[in-house]
Formats: sequence, C-alpha cells, structure tokens
Amino acid sequence: MQHSTERWLDIAALEDVPRRGGRVLRLPQGCIAVFRTVDDQVFALEDRCPHKQGPLSQGIVHGASVTCPLHNWVISLETGEAQGADSGRVTAFPTRIEGGRILLSGDCLRVGAEGADA
Amino acid sequence: MTEKLVVVGNGMAAGRALEELFRREPDRYEVTVFNAEPRVNYNRIMLSPVLSGEKTYEDILIHDDDWYARNRVNLIRGEEVIAINRAERRVISRAGTVADYDRLIIATGSLPFIIPVPGHDLPGVLSYRDLEDVEAMLSAARKGGSAVVIGGGLLGLEAAAGLKAQGMDVTVLHLMPTLMERQLDQSAGYLLQRAIEDRGIRVITRANTHAVVGEEKVEAVRLDDGTEIPADIVVMAVGIKPSIALAKDAGLEVNRGVLVNDLMQTSDPAIYAVGECVEHRATCYGLVAPLYEMAKSVGAGLAGDDSLAYEGSITATKLKVTGVDLYSAGDFAEGDDREEIVLRDASHAIYKRLVLRDNRIIGAVLYGDTADGPWFFQLMKDGTDISDMRETLIFGQGFAGAGPLDPMAAVAALADDAEICGCNGICKSVIVDAIAAGQSDLDGVRATTKASSSCGSCTGLVEQLLELSLGESYARAAVQSMCGCTDLGHGEVRRLIIAKALKSIPAVMQELQWKTSCGCAKCRPALNYYLLATWPGAYVDDQQSRFINERVHANIQKDGTYSVVPRMWGGITTPDELRAIANVADKFAIPTVKVTGGQRIDLLGVKKDDLPAVWSDLNAAGMVSGHAYGKALRTVKTCVGSEWCRFGTQASVSLGVRMERFLWGAWTPHKVKMGVSGCPRNCSEATIKDFGVICVDSGYELLFAGAAGMEVKETVPLCKVETEEQVMEYCIALLQLYREEAHYLDRMHKWLARVGMEHVQEAIVGDADNRMALVDRFNFAQQFAQTDPWSERAAGRDAHEFSPLATPDLEAVA
Ligand code: SRM
Ligand SMILES: Cc1cc2nc3c(=O)[nH]c(=O)nc-3n(C[C@H](O)[C@H](O)[C@H](O)COP(=O)(O)OP(=O)(O)OC[C@H]3O[C@@H](n4cnc5c(N)ncnc54)[C@H](O)[C@@H]3O)c2cc1C
Ligand code: SF4
Ligand code: FES
Repeated sequence: MQHSTERWLDIAALEDVPRRGGRVLRLPQGCIAVFRTVDDQVFALEDRCPHKQGPLSQGIVHGASVTCPLHNWVISLETGEAQGADSGRVTAFPTRIEGGRILLSGDCLRVGAEGADA
Repeated sequence: MTEKLVVVGNGMAAGRALEELFRREPDRYEVTVFNAEPRVNYNRIMLSPVLSGEKTYEDILIHDDDWYARNRVNLIRGEEVIAINRAERRVISRAGTVADYDRLIIATGSLPFIIPVPGHDLPGVLSYRDLEDVEAMLSAARKGGSAVVIGGGLLGLEAAAGLKAQGMDVTVLHLMPTLMERQLDQSAGYLLQRAIEDRGIRVITRANTHAVVGEEKVEAVRLDDGTEIPADIVVMAVGIKPSIALAKDAGLEVNRGVLVNDLMQTSDPAIYAVGECVEHRATCYGLVAPLYEMAKSVGAGLAGDDSLAYEGSITATKLKVTGVDLYSAGDFAEGDDREEIVLRDASHAIYKRLVLRDNRIIGAVLYGDTADGPWFFQLMKDGTDISDMRETLIFGQGFAGAGPLDPMAAVAALADDAEICGCNGICKSVIVDAIAAGQSDLDGVRATTKASSSCGSCTGLVEQLLELSLGESYARAAVQSMCGCTDLGHGEVRRLIIAKALKSIPAVMQELQWKTSCGCAKCRPALNYYLLATWPGAYVDDQQSRFINERVHANIQKDGTYSVVPRMWGGITTPDELRAIANVADKFAIPTVKVTGGQRIDLLGVKKDDLPAVWSDLNAAGMVSGHAYGKALRTVKTCVGSEWCRFGTQASVSLGVRMERFLWGAWTPHKVKMGVSGCPRNCSEATIKDFGVICVDSGYELLFAGAAGMEVKETVPLCKVETEEQVMEYCIALLQLYREEAHYLDRMHKWLARVGMEHVQEAIVGDADNRMALVDRFNFAQQFAQTDPWSERAAGRDAHEFSPLATPDLEAVA
C-alpha cells in the first residue's frame, strides 16, 4: 500500500495488541480496529463491517484476515475487502512498527468513520 | 433345490470367499455362517488403528448387517462349531445349533500362541487377535498403569504403540538381540528400536520371560535374570498357529495347517479350507494378500469353475505404526547363493536392503522411506533380471541422477501390471480401467476393485491414479473436511490429537499438515475445544481461538453492546438477588431487563467497558456467570415438583439445582440444556432438552438428545433409574461421552445420529465400569473448569479485552 502521508500517530506498544487478536482505538472521527497477526504484522481497519457495521476488532484473526463476530464475513486485513462470495470494503489505514511501537497513518484523522461501538 | 453351503469362521478369508462366490453365483447356495465372535465381519488388520484410537470399530466393518440381509446369508454369531459329521454332512455348534451342508468351508484362522510360563493363565494376560482383545486392552488403558508386551515383531510393536497412545506405560520384551530380526539386520533393528523408544516405549531385548507374577491377577513379569517389570496387563504377541483342531477331529488330513490342493479342497472334496488355517504346498500364511488369492479359487470352485488354481504367494507387509515407515517383502534369510545391496542414511534414519539371487530380487526391507516398496515388490514378483540397473537399483525407481521424481510422474511411469494394492493384489490397469468405466472417487474404486479397502496404505496411490486419469475434475475428499484449512474431518482430527498426543494448536497444525498458517474461524475454535476436552488441566485455553462471546463471557449484540445473564440455579432466585439485579440495571443504565426462555434474567445492552464492574456487583450478591454465551451447560430448567405441586412425585427443583451446580463450567461441543419435570405432565419441557429427567413414583426416567432450535427433536429414552445418585451418575457419564465423541458444533441429537443408540446405551447403561470411568474423567476435568470467569475478569484478568487503546496525542500530528 502506498503511504499517502508523512504523519504518523504513535498509538500503542506492539505487546498491547495480542497476537492473532485486535484492539479498538476510539478517535473522535470513529473507531479503528488495530490487529496483530501471528507473525507480528500490524494492520488497521475502520471498525465497521461492510455488512451490518459489526465491530471487526472483536473478530477472530487468522492469517491476514479477520472474521466478523456478527455474521462471519471474512475481511482482508491488508485491503479491507470482503473475501469469498461477499462483497464490500472498509477503509484500511497504513501502519508501521518502529522500536516496538505501533504507528498509524494520520489518514485516519481525515476519514469520517462513525464509531460502531461508541 | 438350492444347495446348502456352510461356512465355519467369519474372518477375512471367509468374507472374501463369499464375495467371490456371490460375484459369480449370487443365488446358487443357501448360506449359513458360524462365527465364534459375536459380530459381523470386520477388517482384522485394522485393529491396531482402533487400539491407538485412530479409527473406531465402525470404521473397520467389512460387511454390515445389511450385507447379510441382502445376500440372504444366515449369520450365526457367537457360536463356535465343535464338530463336523462328514458322513451325514452336518456341523454342530457348542450351543447345539445343527446345520446340514452340501459344501463346507473351513475358515477358522489361527490361534495366538501363548508361552506356557507359570502365570500365563492369570487374568490380565491377553493375546492380540480380535476385537475382544482390543477392548480388554482399551479398558485396561483407561485405568492407566503399565503394560508389558511380549514379542517385538509386527503385532507386538503395533500393540505397544497403541497402548502407549492410550496413555499406558509400555515395555516391550523381545527374546532376540534386535527387533524384527527376521526382517531387519542389526542396524536397521536399532533404527526401529530408537523410533519405538522415541515414543516413550521401553524396549528390552534378549529378554527371556520366566514367569508372569501375580496373586489374583497379573502384577509383573519376571525375566530369567530375575528382573521384575510391573504390569497391569501382559500382551503376548509371539506368534500364531493355524487353528486345525476341528478339521483334525473330523479326520481331514492336517499337518501344521489343514492340507489343501491348488483348488483349496481338503482331503474331502466337499470341504474347502481357506485362510490362515490352511497349509498349501507346505506353506502357512499369516497375511491377508495370500488368503484373498485363495478366496478367488474357492469362490470359483463353489460356482462350478475348477480352472482357477491357487499357486502360492510371495508376501509383503507394512508396519502400521503411525510415524514409523517399515516395509518388507519376500525372503531375507541369509545363504551362500545370496547377495545384498544395502543403503543407509543415518541422518535421515533411512535404511534399505535388497536380497538378490541370480540377479533377481527375492527380498526387500525398507525403513524410513518406503515409497519404492511396491516397485521392488513388482520386480521381485516378475523375476526381473536387474543386472542392467544394479548400480542405481537401491535408489529406487525415481533415480535419474537428480532428486526424487514428482510422485505423479512416478505413478504415471508405473507399468500397467504394477501392483498398487498389495492386500488385494490389484494392479494399476485394473484401477485405471475402473476409472475409465466411470468410477470417479475413492469409494467407487474401492467398491468395484477392492483396491485400498483393506489396510489402506495404498490410498495415496489410488488417489494419484484418480487424479492422473481424471485431472482437475477429481477433488480428493473422502470425508467432509473440517474446513478449507485441512482435508481431515472432525473425527480424524479428534482421534489423531489423542493418537499422536498433540497438545497445542500449532502442534496439531504442524503434525496434521494444515494448509494455512494459522487456521480460520471455523477450525480454531474446534481445535481449542478438542484440546481442552482431551487434555484437561494440561492444555492452556487459547483465548484468541474463541468466538468473542466466549472470550469476554457475554453475548455480543447487533449494536456491539453485550448481554449479561447470571445463573439462577434451577430457575430459583431470591429477593436479594433480584434487588442486586435491579441495582445493577440502574447503576449502569442498562436499557433492557428481560426474562429469558431459560428461567432466568437477561440484562441487555451493557457497554463492553462496563462488563467487569457489572460482574463485580453481581458477584458481590453471590451470582456467577450463566454461560448464556458458551458452548457449555446453559440451563437446567425445573418445575416445582413434589416440593409444592399437588402432582409432583420427586423433588425436581432440588435435583435440577444439584445437577446445575455439579455440571456448570464444563465446556462441551455445543450448548447443553437440561430439564427436570416432577411428573409426566412435564412442565419443564424435559422432552426437548439435551438431557431430561421425568420423575415418576418409582424413580426417574432419563431422556436425552432433544432440542427445540432449528430442528425440533423429541428426546429418546436412555434408561430408568431409582435414586438421585444414579441420575447424577448417568447424567455425568452421558455428558462426558458427548464431550469426548461429538464433533464441534454438533448438538447431542446430531452426535447420537452419528454414533447410534446402541453405542450410547452400551457405553452408559450396559457397562458399569465404563460409566464410572466416564464419571471419573468428567470429575477430573471439572476441577479445572469450575472457576467463575466473571470474578476472574472483575479481578483484572484479560483487562485488554475490556478497554480501548489509550487515545494518542492528536495534536502532535495535526
Ligand atoms: C436470551 C434467549 C432468548 C430469550 O430472551 O428468552 C436466547 C437468546 C439467544 N439465543 Fe437462544 N435464547 C434463549 C433460549 C433459547 C431456547 C429456549 C430454551 O433454552 O428453553 C432455545 C430452543 C431450545 C434449544 O436450544 O434446543 C433456543 C435456541 C437457540 C438456537 C438454536 C439451537 C439449535 O440447536 O438449533 C440458537 C443458535 C445456536 O446456538 O447456534 C440460539 C442462540 C441464541 C443467541 C445466543 C444468538 C447469538 O448467538 O447471539 C441469543 C443470544 C441473545 C443474548 O445476548 O442473550 N438459541 N434459545 C434465551 C436464553 C436462555 C437462557 O437463559 O440461557
Ligand atoms: C492385530 C493384527 C494386525 C494385523 N495386521 C496385518 C497387516 O497389516 N497385514 C496383513 O496382511 N495381515 C495382518 N494381520 C493378519 C491378518 O489379520 C490375518 O492374516 C487374517 O485375518 C486371517 O484371516 P482368516 O479368515 O484366515 O482368519 P481370521 O480373520 O482370524 O478369522 C477366523 C474367524 O473364525 C472364527 N472361528 C475360529 N474357529 C471357529 C469355529 N470352530 N467356529 C466358528 N468360528 C470359528 C474366529 O473367531 C475368527 O473370527 C494382522 C492380524 C492381527 C491380529
Ligand atoms: S407437571 Fe407435574 S410436577 Fe410439574 S408442575 Fe405440573 S404437576 Fe407439578
Ligand atoms: S456485520 Fe459483519 S458479517 Fe454481518
């Protein structure tokens, strides 16, 4: 993914997010789901399933995908795209890991996502 | 008038001979089969996977009841024939059943050899021959303890591996300096011994058994040198002898076995003999491939075709211990006229040995890499002169100076008459022809050709042939796989977790060759459950493999809030509890308070961050999690019963409370709901619960496998008992059996439909020892399960689940 921004938010230590798990980050603009995979890659998606706004941060993480807790859509962590037969997409935000800290692209402040579990 | 055919013995040889006959002449005879074993025909060579837990008895049936009905065969189970009256052409069983015959088949198999040392007849000394032996070993294994296996040949090692897989401490005693000395030289025997020892089995070679020691049952085995090895069971696997007594008493000619000619007729031409009981051209066999060959002659002969002579067999065999690859074929005895080619690769634990005579292979032993076994076997059977390829022969068929051939190419390169299925003697062209004639899957090929239907070790080759012939259109999937991450089904995975002692999700995925790096939302929760149920206390629950509800112990709602349902034991509550619930609802501004369909109260719309504080307040009033979110015990619904009701016959409320207090916390394959009604009016709807009790004057009727969800299922009766104690015992045993056997997400009725009523009845009602063993296992697991998950989390566990990440400094990037 192209980094469209030079601004990065330091949001958490890598260990704050469990492996094969997610946490939610509440921002005034909406909720962001932050995921960590089994091999310590970190991804960030809008926390709203494209199906019926389920909180993706609460799903089961497997490979580079998450299964939505409400009706089991599988969403790609890399692209935010629904997998398989389902179609739809949520915004994916660039992330970086630096010195054990998770950095999230400042883009997330510009997208007006409404929080799912706010 | 139809002729009468009587068969004595119903093992693998008899079954196959009948198939061969029916294939030619389905209606010629009226057939009666006597079987000393009280059951239908099963695949004896698969007893080892049953022992190790990799298969079940149902998996290894050859002919089910339906087959006997379809072929109008009168199967007399559990009756041993004790005499043949040749003058009157009739046989008689020990129970007194008499049957007349025009033709008779003797297929009595062989008897395990028991070394006649002192103590050999003590209870606990077993042989390894039939299902009873396996069941005896399994029931001993359930109690743990130690086993001594006498004999380090194929059978002994399979028994040892199976008992070890079942959790026993196992020692193998072998008379000779190395294991399987007839097939392996010393260094290969050593490789095998190391592989066996690596699984935690003790091997003692040069061990001469002096006596089996014990008062009322086996306690130990004493060796000649005085060493005593403690043992709760002793398995003797030192050899077999053809079972010839019946034939001998009838005056038929016998030697080591029942003597037969090339048409498999005994000295009385009306009587055939087939299988391990025969001696043909001075040879007795102990493997299935030869007796399938014999069965062809018998079938033809009975159908009136005397042209199909049996001319003897060369045999090959594989050790069926998962993870140890050993193949041997032919003759390995040393002699002046013989040469050997040996390949050793110690770092990969590979050993190959070919025995040659006159430039032809007469014996082959492969250890570690057995892929070329069938190819060597083919060269051996064909008597191919190998002079030209002698230099590279030992490297196998794929050797072309480079690495091993792609397996598909290797299969494609096999000659048409190359043998694929050793047990049934099926060559490549037969399988390819069957596929060309329309068979498109493994089952179809099995049904029409028999290939891979016995020991199953050639299944991979048959599948490759299917793939080769059908290309893309063939999708390998014999069982419904768990999910896209594996080809294995739930049952296989459960068995392999036990058989291979797999104790973590990564271990399962590694060993069973998962196709994805970390599974998916279907297989991970299932594996987590299987591991938890299999290794209570030892396995650490993997939170990340649980669905959100079970991870945070509350039910997620459509808007991302949660619901909270505390337990109300048996539907009983108190004013204090109700006040506490009311206070919590007020304090946390919980929008909805609802009475559920399960006799308790649901607080709906709780914010996730508030959950620990809500629980803390409920805990303070003595309430704990109701597991309304879990694949676990949900509710035990009760009606008022004899405590208040004018019709009540027993104390249904206190019984329900007792059940719920005992069972809560246990994880199960799917949710479990129970009900206790005080009389047959059944106000607690016990007849649509996973387990229901209907109280009556004389006791308690126990029912199970009901549901009222997507499918409405009425319960079926389990049994009737007299006391509350018994209700608890049967209920716990049933729940544990369900926990151990059901596939993840199968309610009890689905599990019952799969395993059958007979099985459940037998395991719970018919076998008191087994019932108690189930209860013990449940009780053991419960000590790790009965902690209230709410109070743990109210005290701070998994805090990250209930709080968002801290809001970062937004000014810094603005
Ligand atoms: C709360 C409750 C409805 C109510 O307000 O009464 C309820 C609510 C839910 N039921 Fe139920 N069921 C409730 C009683 C029942 C009953 C009646 C009973 O238990 O007597 C049934 C039919 C009886 C049965 O199960 O055999 C019932 C059959 C189902 C099914 C279908 C199960 C099936 O085998 O087909 C599901 C779906 C599932 O479990 O996969 C389900 C699933 C659900 C879930 C968990 C849906 C979900 O996954 O989110 C609902 C959770 C809501 C929540 O957050 O609390 N619920 N559900 C009841 C809670 C009882 C309790 O105290 O624990
Ligand atoms: C644990 C185990 C593993 C094995 N593994 C392999 C393997 O991997 N490969 C291989 O090729 N072979 C293997 N074998 C050997 C193979 O099972 C036998 O060669 C084969 O079963 C012999 O068939 P049979 O019909 O001659 O005898 P059996 O299958 O023993 O059948 C004889 C039947 O006759 C019954 N019977 C005996 N006398 C009477 C009577 N008087 N009246 C009524 N019924 C009677 C017996 O109860 C028995 O059921 C294994 C054997 C065992 C025990
Ligand atoms: S069904 Fe029987 S026990 Fe239940 S309330 Fe009615 S009368 Fe009482
Ligand atoms: S809201 Fe995510 S699958 Fe329905």
